[in-house]
Amino acid sequence: MDVVELSRLQFALTALYHFLFVPLTLGLSVLLAIMESVYVMTGLRVWRDITIFWGILFGINFAMGVATGITMEFQFGTNWSYYSQYVGDVFGAPLAIEGLMAFFLEATFIGLFFFGWDRLSKPGHLAVTWCVALGSNFSALWILVANAWMQNPVGSHFNPDTIRMEVTDFMAVLFNPVAQSKFVHTVAAGYVTGAVFVLAIGAWYLLQGRHRAFARRSMTVAASFGLASALSVVVLGDESGYNTTENQKVKLAAMEGLWRSEPPPAAFTIFGIPDPERRETRFAIQAPWMLGLIATRSLTTVIPGIFELVDDAKARIGHGMEGYAAMRSLGAAEPTAAVRRTIEERQGDLGYALLLRRYTDDPTKATPEQIERAAWDTVPNVPVIFWSFRVMVALGFYFIALFAVMFYVSSRRAFEQRRWLLRLSFWSLPLPWIAAELGWIVAEYGRQPWIIEGVLPTFLAASPIPAGNVWLSLAGFFIFYLALLVVDIFLLVKYVRLGPAESWEIPDLATRQAPPGGVALEEVAPGIAPSAPES
Amino acid sequence: MHVPLDYDTLRVVWWALLGALLVGFAVFDGFDLGTAILLPFLGRTDRERRILINSIGPVWEGNQVWFILGGGASFAAWPPVYAASFSGFYVAMFVTLVALILRPVAFKFRGKVDSSLWRSIWDWALFFGGLAPAVIFGVAFGNLLQGVPFRFDHDLRVVYTGTFFQLLNPFALLCGLVSVSMLIMHGAAYVRTKTLEPIAGRARAAGILASLLTLALFAVGGYYAYLTLDGYAVSSQIAANAPSNPLRKTVEVATGAWMRNYDRYPWSLAAPILGLVGALLTAAMFAFRREKAAFVTSAAAVVGIVATPGLAMFPFIMPSSSEPNASLTAWDASSSHLTLFVMLIAVVIFLPIVLAYTAWVYRVLRGKVPSHIFEPGGHAY
Repeated sequence: MDVVELSRLQFALTALYHFLFVPLTLGLSVLLAIMESVYVMTGLRVWRDITIFWGILFGINFAMGVATGITMEFQFGTNWSYYSQYVGDVFGAPLAIEGLMAFFLEATFIGLFFFGWDRLSKPGHLAVTWCVALGSNFSALWILVANAWMQNPVGSHFNPDTIRMEVTDFMAVLFNPVAQSKFVHTVAAGYVTGAVFVLAIGAWYLLQGRHRAFARRSMTVAASFGLASALSVVVLGDESGYNTTENQKVKLAAMEGLWRSEPPPAAFTIFGIPDPERRETRFAIQAPWMLGLIATRSLTTVIPGIFELVDDAKARIGHGMEGYAAMRSLGAAEPTAAVRRTIEERQGDLGYALLLRRYTDDPTKATPEQIERAAWDTVPNVPVIFWSFRVMVALGFYFIALFAVMFYVSSRRAFEQRRWLLRLSFWSLPLPWIAAELGWIVAEYGRQPWIIEGVLPTFLAASPIPAGNVWLSLAGFFIFYLALLVVDIFLLVKYVRLGPAESWEIPDLATRQAPPGGVALEEVAPGIAPSAPES
Repeated sequence: MHVPLDYDTLRVVWWALLGALLVGFAVFDGFDLGTAILLPFLGRTDRERRILINSIGPVWEGNQVWFILGGGASFAAWPPVYAASFSGFYVAMFVTLVALILRPVAFKFRGKVDSSLWRSIWDWALFFGGLAPAVIFGVAFGNLLQGVPFRFDHDLRVVYTGTFFQLLNPFALLCGLVSVSMLIMHGAAYVRTKTLEPIAGRARAAGILASLLTLALFAVGGYYAYLTLDGYAVSSQIAANAPSNPLRKTVEVATGAWMRNYDRYPWSLAAPILGLVGALLTAAMFAFRREKAAFVTSAAAVVGIVATPGLAMFPFIMPSSSEPNASLTAWDASSSHLTLFVMLIAVVIFLPIVLAYTAWVYRVLRGKVPSHIFEPGGHAY
C-alpha cells in the first residue's frame, strides 16, 4: 500500500473508532442533565443516584472520546499536510472555534461534574452538568460545520497568489445548509445512542430483578427522550438526503444504485445488487415514485443517474484543464492578469482537472482515455454505499418502533410484564453504533474520490512522508486502540454489573448473597454506594 | 466583507496569540504534566499517589485544551506552519498523541480496579504521559531555533526532507531537558500548594532541585545559542501585507542572527531575564517556605522561558534549514486577511468567557486536597 492508502486506512479506523464514543457522550450528557434536572426539581434522592450512576459510565466513555478526538485533530497535519495547507484557511477556523467555544466548556466542567457534588449547591451542580452537555453539543456543531464544508465547499475561492482555497464569506460556511441538517441528524443519532444505552442496561437490571426502581425510572426517561430523538433522526435524515441531492448528486445516485436517470418521479430501489462491473443494479425490487418524492419533493424533477453524472464530470474536467494550465505556472511567481482571469473563469472546475493527476503529471496534455477514467473515478463504491445506506435507514425505523413501544409500556408502568420486550431492548444495545458508523461510511466513503467535494481529490491531499512512518503509526494505533477498547469495555461491564446501590434498594439487595458481579454489598459500598462513585 | 484591521496588524496579533496559547499551555497544563512526572517519586503509597492525582484530577482536562486549541489555532491562522510541523515531526507527533491519549484514560481508569498492579501500570502511564510531551515540546523548540529541513514544491506542497533521528541533536536535547526540568519545577510548586506533609516536603526538595537545574540549563542553552547557533534573517524587502506565499522572499543564515532582535527590540530581553530570575526566585521561595509565591514565580519563569525563543525568532515561525528561502514567517505563512479577522472576533468573544469560568472552577476547588474525598461516599479518582 502506498502512503495515501495507508493514511486513508488510518483516518478511517481512527475516525470510526472515535465515533464509538462520541454518540454516547452526546446522548448521555443530555440525559444526565435531564435526570439531574428532575432531581433538583423534585428533590428525590433516587434521581441524584440515577445521575451519579450513569455519570460513572459517562466518565469512562468520555475519557475515551476525548483521547481519541485528539488524534483526529492532529491527523490533518500529520497525514494530510497538503489538505491542511490547501484548505486550512477555511477548514481550520471551525476546528479552532470548536476548541475555544465548546471543548474548553466541556473539559473544564467535566472535572467539577465529578468532583463538585460536595462543593456546589444543587442548582450550581446542575448548571455544571448542563454546561458539559452544552459543550459536547456545541463541539458536534463546529466539527460538523467543518465536515459539511468538505461535502459542500461554499463561501470560498481559489487564490492564485497563495495557491490555496480561501474564505470569501464566513457566514456562508457557518450557515452551510449541509451543516445544519448534518448537525441535527448527528446529534439526534447521539441522543438515540444514549437512550438505547440506558434502555438496554435498565432492561438488563429488570431481567435480573435488580435495582428495579432505579431501572424503571431510567428507562422511562430513555424511552421518551429516545422516541423524540429517533423521530428527529429519521425526519432530519431525510432533510440531509434532500441536501445531498443538491450538492452531491453522485453520492445520491450511488446510495440508490441509480445508474441511469429515469423519467420523473423516479422509483426507490428497496432491494438490489449493484454491480459496478456491469454498471447496473441487478435483481432490483422497486417502489414506484418514492425516490423522486423523497429526494426532490416534486413529481417532475429529474434525478440524474451515474452515467449522466459521469458525462457532466467529463465536461468539467475539460474546463478544468484550461484553468490548470494557468495554475501550473504559479509557484513563487506573481500571476499575470491573464492567468488570474483564466483561473477566475475556471474556478469551479479546477478540482476536476486535478483528478487527472492520478494518470498524468501534466493534466493539460491528458488523453481522452485518461479523461474517461478520471470521470469514472468520480463514482464512489456503489455497492458499499447502497447497502450501508439501506441498513442505516432500516435501523432508524427500528429505533422509532422500539421507542414507541417502550414509551407506551412505560406510560402503562408495565415494563416487567413483558420480558420479551426487555430482552429485545437489551439486545438492541449495539444497533445505534452500527447505524452511526454506517452513516459515516455513506457520508465519507460516498464522498470519494474527493477530500473536498469537487475541489481537491483525496489522493493529492496526503502528506509526502515515508510509508514506513504511516505503517508504524497505523500499527501503533491499532494495538493501542484495541487494548484501550478491551479495558474500556471491561470497566463498563464491571460497573454495570456492580450497579447502583441506592439506599432505597438496600433491603432488596441485602437479601441477596451477592449480585451477579460476584461482589458482596459491603464491597460495593465504597466504590458506588449512595452518591459515592469513584468518577 | 470589509476588514477594519490591517493585514500586517492581524498577523502580528495572531503571532502573539499563538505564543499566548503556547504560554497558556505551558503555565496551565505544565503544572499537571510536571505533577504526573513527579507522581511515582513523590507518592510512595497508593493513598499518597491518589492525593497527587486528585490535586490535578479536576483541572487537567481543561488545561489540556490549551494545547488542543494551540493546534487548532495554528491550523486556522497558520496553515503552512501546521502542515509543515505536524507532518515533518511525524514520529514525534505520534508519540505525543500516544501520551495525550494515555492521560485521560489513566486518570479515569486508575482508581476503578482495586489491584496494586493495575494502579501501578496507570501510574507509569501517567508518568510517561507527562514526560513524553515535556521532552518532545522542548526538542521541537530546539529544532525550530536551528531550522528544520523542509521545502515546498510548485503546488506549495510541503516536503520534509530530514529524518526522525536528525531531530535528536545535542542542542535540541538540551532544550528538551530545559523543558522537563521547568515543568518539574512548576509541578512541584503546584503540588506544594495543594498537599500536606509528607508529600509537600518532598515536593519542596524536588522543587528546589528542579528550579536550580532549570536556571542552569536555560543559561547554558542561551549561551550555546549565542556562541554557535545559526540564526535566520529576511534579506529581501519585507512585504508585511503581501499574500501568504512563502516562496517570494530570500533569507540569509548567519551565526548570531537570533540575537539581533535584542538590539532592535530591547524590551524583548525581558523574556530571558524573566526566565532566569523567575527560576532563581522559585528556588528561594521554596527554600523560605513561601508556597504560593513559589508557584507565582515558577509560572513567571515558565512564561519567560517559553517566550524567549518565540521573541528571538520573530518574524520567523519555522525556518527551513535545507532551503532557507522557504522559511515560514509571520508575513508569509498566515491565513487570509478575512480568516484572521473572523478568528480574532471569536477569540475576543470567547477567550474572556473561558478565562472567567476557568477562574471560577479553580476558586471552587481552592485549598488543599481534602482527605475526606477518599472516605466511602467521597468523590475522587
